[in-house]
Amino acid sequence: MKSFTGSSRYIADEALMADVNAAVMLGRPLLVKGEPGTGKTMLATAVAESLGMPMGIWGIKSTTKAVDGLYTYDVVQRLNDARFGEGDVRNLRHYIKMGPLGRSFTTPERQVLLIDEIDKADLEFPNDLLRELDEMAFHIPELDETVRALHRPVVIITSNAEKELPDAFLRRCLFHYIAFPDRDRMKKIVEVHLPGLPEKLLEAAFQRFYAIRRTEGMRKKPSTSELIDWLTVLVRAGISPEEVMAKLPFPGILIKQEVDLELLKNRR
Amino acid sequence: MILLNLLFNLRSQGLKVGLGEWLELLRGLELGLAEDLNGLYFLARSLLVHDEAHFDAYDLAFTATFKGVELPPKLKDALAEWLAQAKKGMGEELVPSGFESLEAMLKELQKRMNEQKERHDGGNYWIGTGGTSPFGNSGRAEEGIRIGGEGSRGGAVQVAQERQWASYRTDMTLDVRDFSVALGMLRRLAREGEEKLDIDGTIQKTASNGGEIELDLQKERVNRVRVLLLMDVGGSMDPHAALVSRLFTAASQMKLFKTFDSYYFHNAPYAYLYEDYRTYKRKATMQILSDLTPQHRVIWVGDASMAPWELFSSSGSFGQWSPAGIDNIKAFAHKVSNQIWLNPDPPRFWDHPTVNAIRAEIPMFPLTVEGLRQGMRKLRGAGGR
Repeated sequence: MKSFTGSSRYIADEALMADVNAAVMLGRPLLVKGEPGTGKTMLATAVAESLGMPMGIWGIKSTTKAVDGLYTYDVVQRLNDARFGEGDVRNLRHYIKMGPLGRSFTTPERQVLLIDEIDKADLEFPNDLLRELDEMAFHIPELDETVRALHRPVVIITSNAEKELPDAFLRRCLFHYIAFPDRDRMKKIVEVHLPGLPEKLLEAAFQRFYAIRRTEGMRKKPSTSELIDWLTVLVRAGISPEEVMAKLPFPGILIKQEVDLELLKNRR
Repeated sequence: MILLNLLFNLRSQGLKVGLGEWLELLRGLELGLAEDLNGLYFLARSLLVHDEAHFDAYDLAFTATFKGVELPPKLKDALAEWLAQAKKGMGEELVPSGFESLEAMLKELQKRMNEQKERHDGGNYWIGTGGTSPFGNSGRAEEGIRIGGEGSRGGAVQVAQERQWASYRTDMTLDVRDFSVALGMLRRLAREGEEKLDIDGTIQKTASNGGEIELDLQKERVNRVRVLLLMDVGGSMDPHAALVSRLFTAASQMKLFKTFDSYYFHNAPYAYLYEDYRTYKRKATMQILSDLTPQHRVIWVGDASMAPWELFSSSGSFGQWSPAGIDNIKAFAHKVSNQIWLNPDPPRFWDHPTVNAIRAEIPMFPLTVEGLRQGMRKLRGAGGR
């Protein structure tokens, strides 16, 4: 079996590679936690690309229910068909549609499934998925049928830690925490997105960026994606390293909250 | 077997490793997921630790287990051999006779390890030392994993020794977000209030009903929890002002509770509590007390340490007559069962007459992420779901 080594667009460190590969081999979900903007969501894409598997995404919202990921039964369509004499109304199967998790069970190839931002959902949500993720099977009462995974999908779950996840759920996952990248790793990440930036500009920008992140009392620290946006703009506008150091050009890209801007102004 | 050492060291660091996770680790080793110590470090961490706040404890346990341990050049082979043996007598190896379960054995081990800590520094070499111990029967080290000596150290031990996760420990700092997450645990939704038409539900029900209209009426989901935050300010609390203000910010931003009120006091609650301590806008303590309902959760914040008379004397402070602070606290504790006291001072300073007197009335937790979580669990637990 192929192992995960990162991808052309995604820089993974040793720990991440080890954890992803363990998740693939053990057939357990990998729970990825980390500050916003550390590339949790992109990880799934990179894993799928690196392992050559198709990918499914299940984005979680506050209203998402566990069963939505398995299947939905479209009664409205069925009623409509019954009224107007269309379709094969007797065959319930026509009206059962697989959700993202259900699809990842039934596709002929092994799939990578991203369950994005699981902490957005209700507190009970992860518990409702325990059995399905453990046994990789679920029951459809309408058909009285059990859907069993042809291959255990590689499940990658991301969380921004907005809510605590239940212990029973955590025990079934492998856990990986993406730490905020240090300068060296950040350099590699920037190189992937914006190749060939002048060293001096990078140095100056990093100095400012990490200093802002270290500022006490920031409501929202700027993350990798903001740094990359900022660097892009700096290059486009032809800002010199000296200017970056002298004043903070385009602060609005890095800092999104009024109070944080105020805080930073007062520091200088 | 050295792997068991790791398990026990993790336990002694306060990490609860379950049997399921442990067996999963063995399965991972069997699958060849850890070819060397580095691999083992990452594999065990991702399987056994579920919170970055515990990474540092894991590092400590890992160092304690493997530092100075001479590992065979091919850990993989050694592991494979051990696994083969373990499989032969799973019960015997994992759960020595005389114990009902791994859990029971771990408890006993924990006890013995604590005893031994006092006699040996480190206390990591206990396994295999006592011939009478059920855990060390006839030399577990014979798989070629030697204990002791300055052997070649794996990179993983070095990584673990660097303790780069120390700053993620939750017994350290707190920001607004940590407070918000913790306070979010207090949410308890109940359906009450006006009935509203659930349109999606109505469509579903009507359709399954063959087109006969069936209304789905749902009461709105509202959080019934009311929060009362009482904060000590000034004096010895000054160094903690920033921390307390973050808690206040988080709590007042929540918009999650049915009601949220906050008052300040100095040292202890006397006749009045202050809505704003700068303008001395105040409210009678008795009034606040009588407004409390069973849905209230009361969170006190203060270091609880003061001169004894400030707590126990009924003359009070600022020249006003008032019941003694401790009597007011008792009255609160009597009225509502869901109360906690968060203390910004570390627990080692809590052995103080006024702190002890308050702790006797209201459960006290340190003002750290871990303490906050425990406190919220306490607040949530009492009164049932």
